[in-house]
Amino acid sequence: MRRFLAGRLAQAAIVVFLVTTVTFVLVHLAPGDPFAAALERPGVTEEVRQSLRESFGLDRPLGEQYVRWVSNAARGDLGWSISYRRPVRDVIADALPRTLLLVGLSLVLSFALGIVVAVLQTERPGGRRDRWLGRILLLLYSVPDFWLALVVLLIFAFWLPLFPPSGIVDPVAHDYMSFSGRLLDRLRHLVLPVTTLTLLATAAISRHQRSALMEVMPSDWMRTAIAKGVSHRRAVRRHALRNALLPSITLAGLYLPALAAGALFVEKVYSWPGMGLLAANAITTRDYQLVTAAVLVTSVAVALGALLAEVAAAAADPRIRVS
Amino acid sequence: MDVDLSEPLASIIGPRRMLARLLRDSRTRIAIVVLLIVALSAVFAPLLAPYDPTAQLDIVRLPSQPPSLAHPLGTDPYSRDVLSRLLYGSRVSLAVGLGAVLLAMSFGITVGAVAGFVGGAVDAVLMRFVDAALSIPRLLVLIIVASLWGSLGLVPLTLLMAGTGWFAVSRLVRAETLALREREFIVAARALGASPLRILVRHVLPNVAAPALVAATLGIANVILLEAGLSYLGIGVRPPTASWGAIIQDGAERVSDLWWLTLFPGLAILVTVFACNALGDALRDAFDPRQLPRGTEPTFASEA
Repeated sequence: MRRFLAGRLAQAAIVVFLVTTVTFVLVHLAPGDPFAAALERPGVTEEVRQSLRESFGLDRPLGEQYVRWVSNAARGDLGWSISYRRPVRDVIADALPRTLLLVGLSLVLSFALGIVVAVLQTERPGGRRDRWLGRILLLLYSVPDFWLALVVLLIFAFWLPLFPPSGIVDPVAHDYMSFSGRLLDRLRHLVLPVTTLTLLATAAISRHQRSALMEVMPSDWMRTAIAKGVSHRRAVRRHALRNALLPSITLAGLYLPALAAGALFVEKVYSWPGMGLLAANAITTRDYQLVTAAVLVTSVAVALGALLAEVAAAAADPRIRVS
Repeated sequence: MDVDLSEPLASIIGPRRMLARLLRDSRTRIAIVVLLIVALSAVFAPLLAPYDPTAQLDIVRLPSQPPSLAHPLGTDPYSRDVLSRLLYGSRVSLAVGLGAVLLAMSFGITVGAVAGFVGGAVDAVLMRFVDAALSIPRLLVLIIVASLWGSLGLVPLTLLMAGTGWFAVSRLVRAETLALREREFIVAARALGASPLRILVRHVLPNVAAPALVAATLGIANVILLEAGLSYLGIGVRPPTASWGAIIQDGAERVSDLWWLTLFPGLAILVTVFACNALGDALRDAFDPRQLPRGTEPTFASEA
């Protein structure tokens, strides 16, 4: 187990390193720099921009900049965000928990919902309920992330103004609320983004869960269960589900990249100031160190999630040998 | 000579019955009708569209008009006719979707077949690369490249989608190739003196055709979604080219006022992607010999 973990960690570290390096190079090779667009106003001469570039070391060769960035990052210094005028680490420390909250809640909710739906479907495969749920799920699976977010926003924030349209707290009233009022305010702001992301993830998860259940249906122990008189529904719930849950644990890890992508659109639509919105802004302002750091943090999170899922699957199933 | 002992379902029951099996599925029929409509509107967009999709008709009197008789789907903030843009937008979605998936499939199948067939160091290097590539969120790569290099033309966008879309297929084809390599009919062909290339083309590829076709159909759906997503972020196809995602972007700042800019193109994306996904699912089920006929209880025999 320990050797397996060490191997996987090394593999993950290599992937993270490669991804970060590629990002660093791409960002620096792209046209424009932090001072070209942001200071495009009268009174800022080319000399000013040039001296700013020099003071941030952007006039140095790319290789030198890269080596400096890596050695700083290895010591935990992710650099200075030019667009936020704050250390990159502080900017990310603000944004990351917000995205983790969003993604974590949606992951838990969508797994619960996805598994329930898949069980309801497989209790009578090919039946009317199975087919209709299948169609609805396929429709949800085909919805563009950002469009679902926009439509949910349109309906539940504008046409029926039940929930706030954007942000994480009420920008004016929040500070004047009681403790429970503040909690309620935060929850109200969470409802729409989490619902959207949960719906998107549920579609994918229950599709996989259904096929995992169908996979174990023809096994001997299912036949035995039926033969000794267990009802079909009970056989699915008690026997098939337990055996078919395992693929879902692995799936949770594999599904993280897609969920991170979905979170980006959801954050954009609901102006949720998390990692996705941060990265998008950093790219437009050519905030080199912030872009690279955001990609670094995202790929570490994705790699750790996948690893965690693999370990969980191994822990849950003694048949999986890790070596 | 060919001694083909392989048993893909299509060869057991024949292509004609395969097609009949496919057409009995209501998902196939819905998908064909929808995709036909989208394809026709893409081909005949110049005849069907009431206006030029990029023409700003009357920037003073006609910006952001709700749906009316003259403009059935309204106009955008630049006073362009949304219906015309929607019709022309289907061209972008279909061209990028089909083009990118065709390219990605040919490349992925080649890489996968070579890795599985040659094996050894070639296989190890290729598959480690694919593993690394698969662990990066595809959207992240697309966003970084597309936004750093500004709005792209149709061809670079298609190439970008293809370049980020071949990894999963190559892995799938490699797995199939490895499984086939030791089967009797391949060994027989090798014993008869068939060259590796011939074995690959005549025996291996026909057997990976089914899963590859399913992956391609689902892949088109995915590319259409990604293109729409990039265009919604304002980094997709270069403006003023009409694309479904771009129309939504034009109304994104004022969703509550300009709901028609969000609603109609989104429905177009949804319906098209749904059709591709439905077709992919139907194909997968049709190719799967274990698939139960509709409405029957599952049997609990373990012959599967």
